[in-house]
Amino acid sequence: MSQLTHLDRLEAESIFILRETVAEAAKPVMLYSMGKDSAVMLHLARKAFFPGPLPFPLLHVDTTWKFRDMYTLRDKVAADPATKLIVYKNPEAVERAINPFDHGPLHTDMWKTEGLRQALDTYGFDAAFGGARRDEEKSRAKERVFSFRDRNHRWDPKRQRPELWSLYNVRKNKGESMRVFPLSNWTELDVWQYILREGIEVVPLYFAAERPTVERDGLILMVDDERMRLEAGEEVVGRKVRFRTLGCYPLSGAVESDAASVEDIIAEMLSCATSERQGRAIDRDAGSGSMEKKKQEGYF
Amino acid sequence: MNRPADVKAWLAEQERKELLRFITCGSVDDGKSTLIGRLLYETKQIFDDQLAALETDSERHGTQGEQIDFALLVDGLSAEREQGITIDVAYRYFASEKRKFIVADTPGHEQYTRNMVTGASTADLAVLLVDARKGVLTQTRRHSYLAQLVGIRHFVLAATKMDLVDYDRAAFEAICADYGLFAERVGIENWLAIPVSGLNGDNVIGKSEATPWYEGPSLLDHLDTVPVDVAADAEKPFRLPVQWVNRPNQDFRGFAGQIASGAIASGDEVRVLPSGRVTRVARIVTADGDLPKAVAGQSVTLTFADEVDCSRGDVIALAGDPPEAADQFEATLVWMDEHELLPGRGYWLKVGTQMVTATIHEPKYEINVNTLDHLAAKTLGLNAIGVAEIATDREIVFEPYAVEGSSPDRALGGFIVIDKLTNATAACGMLHFALRRAMNIHRQHLDVGRETHAALKGQKPAVLWFTGLSGAGKSTIANLVEKKLVARGRHTFLLDGDNVRHGLNRDLGFTEADRIENIRRVGEVARLMADAGLIVLTAFISPFRAERHMVRRMLPVGEFIEIFVDTPLAEAERRDAKGLYAKARAGELKNFTGIDSPYEEPEEPEIRIDTTKLSAEEAAELIVEELLKRC
Repeated sequence: MSQLTHLDRLEAESIFILRETVAEAAKPVMLYSMGKDSAVMLHLARKAFFPGPLPFPLLHVDTTWKFRDMYTLRDKVAADPATKLIVYKNPEAVERAINPFDHGPLHTDMWKTEGLRQALDTYGFDAAFGGARRDEEKSRAKERVFSFRDRNHRWDPKRQRPELWSLYNVRKNKGESMRVFPLSNWTELDVWQYILREGIEVVPLYFAAERPTVERDGLILMVDDERMRLEAGEEVVGRKVRFRTLGCYPLSGAVESDAASVEDIIAEMLSCATSERQGRAIDRDAGSGSMEKKKQEGYF
Repeated sequence: MNRPADVKAWLAEQERKELLRFITCGSVDDGKSTLIGRLLYETKQIFDDQLAALETDSERHGTQGEQIDFALLVDGLSAEREQGITIDVAYRYFASEKRKFIVADTPGHEQYTRNMVTGASTADLAVLLVDARKGVLTQTRRHSYLAQLVGIRHFVLAATKMDLVDYDRAAFEAICADYGLFAERVGIENWLAIPVSGLNGDNVIGKSEATPWYEGPSLLDHLDTVPVDVAADAEKPFRLPVQWVNRPNQDFRGFAGQIASGAIASGDEVRVLPSGRVTRVARIVTADGDLPKAVAGQSVTLTFADEVDCSRGDVIALAGDPPEAADQFEATLVWMDEHELLPGRGYWLKVGTQMVTATIHEPKYEINVNTLDHLAAKTLGLNAIGVAEIATDREIVFEPYAVEGSSPDRALGGFIVIDKLTNATAACGMLHFALRRAMNIHRQHLDVGRETHAALKGQKPAVLWFTGLSGAGKSTIANLVEKKLVARGRHTFLLDGDNVRHGLNRDLGFTEADRIENIRRVGEVARLMADAGLIVLTAFISPFRAERHMVRRMLPVGEFIEIFVDTPLAEAERRDAKGLYAKARAGELKNFTGIDSPYEEPEEPEIRIDTTKLSAEEAAELIVEELLKRC
């Protein structure tokens, strides 16, 4: 073990970040979204605090519109008595039955952005781990590992603290908080390689299978339950598809694929030429500055 | 590449890849973003949908006419796209056949020195961009100096926009000659110049036919083959800064952290610093099973053979070769905050996992990064670099950052300075060496100690620190408290702000720096009096939390009693017993607390007096009661 591999180094760095946060934050929490990045982050956290249990709870900010397979995995993770999972749903969104069909961008805003803010305030969490990576999107490339948020959870690109060496400044005043990204330096390929190496369980939706789908605005959407509304002329067609990223099912685009295993996915990535955020309808809202705008508003 | 067998072979190959971290530096129009965009594009890191977005963006914001503007690919934030400049450090990821790369893309503006230092702090190599039309500029020298300052030893000088000088060999050679002179002067040994064009891709990935006279490697070839000393940290003595103590139950006590240097095996003798206690490593615990041995870079959890105190901030080191511990240093500082350095003020200083209070002296000199001249300086402003002495409130374990002929010690030699009020990262620095001053001025051992002084007076010493706005009622209440204590036979002394300014602190004004020094002196005097066994009362506005905290730290735990005389500004101004508010409002008094200088309220004072609810007499009675409970 004298020569550490690239994945060994990434793993050690992520564990360092997780431990640093737990040592310095008053009340940390891990955002858990059931996606592959969440799965890797959770796995790393279990390693970081072994043989002890996770020293923080998991938080799922639910939109009620995730894929059924995602809820299945979530409940499986929560069944472990050593893991505490909090599920939070914005009560106003519940009451108004906010959904992606009638409410457009408001759906993400109320369930996710507003829901997250409420959850963090309700429980008084001062540091929240997220699975975001810098290679995902242009404005993420400048995101800090420890991202500072003011009392209103707002992200101000000009007030982010310089991060030198591996010295993270985690100090903050009451009401202010940190979003912490242990996977900052991982690429999509690294994530899959690590899932393969460590045998991490992920939602089956990442693997190709025959699924009921419709095509809408250039995206292939899956008809995951009876709530899916079909537009005039749309027809449910069985297609062999998989997902590169997962979110609310009416907003997540699938790709046609035969990749049925992690090796297949990696092989597909090597010959593929579409970046993973392409399947996200949310990024297209307002041109290419869209993600940055969402971040300023407090979106993860 | 579709069969799993190929994937396995490919993955095995990936596992062997080395990682090279580099920074790119250049000014706004050196073609830096274009060059990086080109590297990403050519190594297939840009996907179709990004390319489609790029084409749309190129039409809207692009500066390259019909062509794709690669710069738009890497300039992430809307604000900078609108201004057409890169304003922060961005990290990019790509891989070649041989290596994985993390690129810190750092802007070249003078006001953003901090970004460059940030990017360079984790890099092994620097790519400096020089516009072939302009040659080596002041900023090229500045970037070289900054990169070298943080320990970068490998440099690439990319002469960009060669297409705009018709691939002129003489222009390129002039750049080489010019830079060679500078490199020799500052001691940069490993550097290579490459003529490139990001726009056309010349010498970026492969050798260009446009420069037949150039015999060196292309940029990517060079990045693929330049030797990186990945094992350098592993060859140094063992150091592990403890991050977190893992204690899930009574039977397990593990010390978690990332190994900064060296290697460790179970059974090795280690020393815990700064306490110096020696023990042996019992186990190296990981979730994948115990390891027989671990090396620099790994995050592990150690258990000891003996019960030895060890907590976050301690450093576990090879018993026979431990690092130094000291509380006074000389260091290079890079100031990164809009609020300039306040010499004498207490800041947080973080080295490894150690967090201490530190005061920074007036700089010995500031370095002009353009000429490398040393300039006299009283302070350091945003982006200034200087050398200063630093004192910490307790010993810290450290390594000198830069040692001749060795890779920099980033884990225990680099530090950050944090403003205690705003929590901003105000500066970063590199420790040079420990100063022996504290050791040479040994404390004189005194036979009659503070316990004796206190016992003789039959009381427990304390410092009652009254803080609040001018006119809040501090002196009035303190005076009453002292009278009541004396009536009860206590030995007291009242230090009053106005009185002290007539004598001890006659030389101080009301600037922020002078106010800090004012409080420091009063704190020291109060401490000496408490050592003499007295109950000391002080009545000073003492507007800054950092200084009140500094005095608290001078005294034994429990002896500093902060009393917040809480009077709203409007009320204090209405009373205006000394007529000072009127003068301040009229602009006759500058830096007046509450008017044009801030008052930072105590967050958790021992006693809070609401003067709108209590009379001075009632307040004094309450304070005396509280005090007598304590002593």
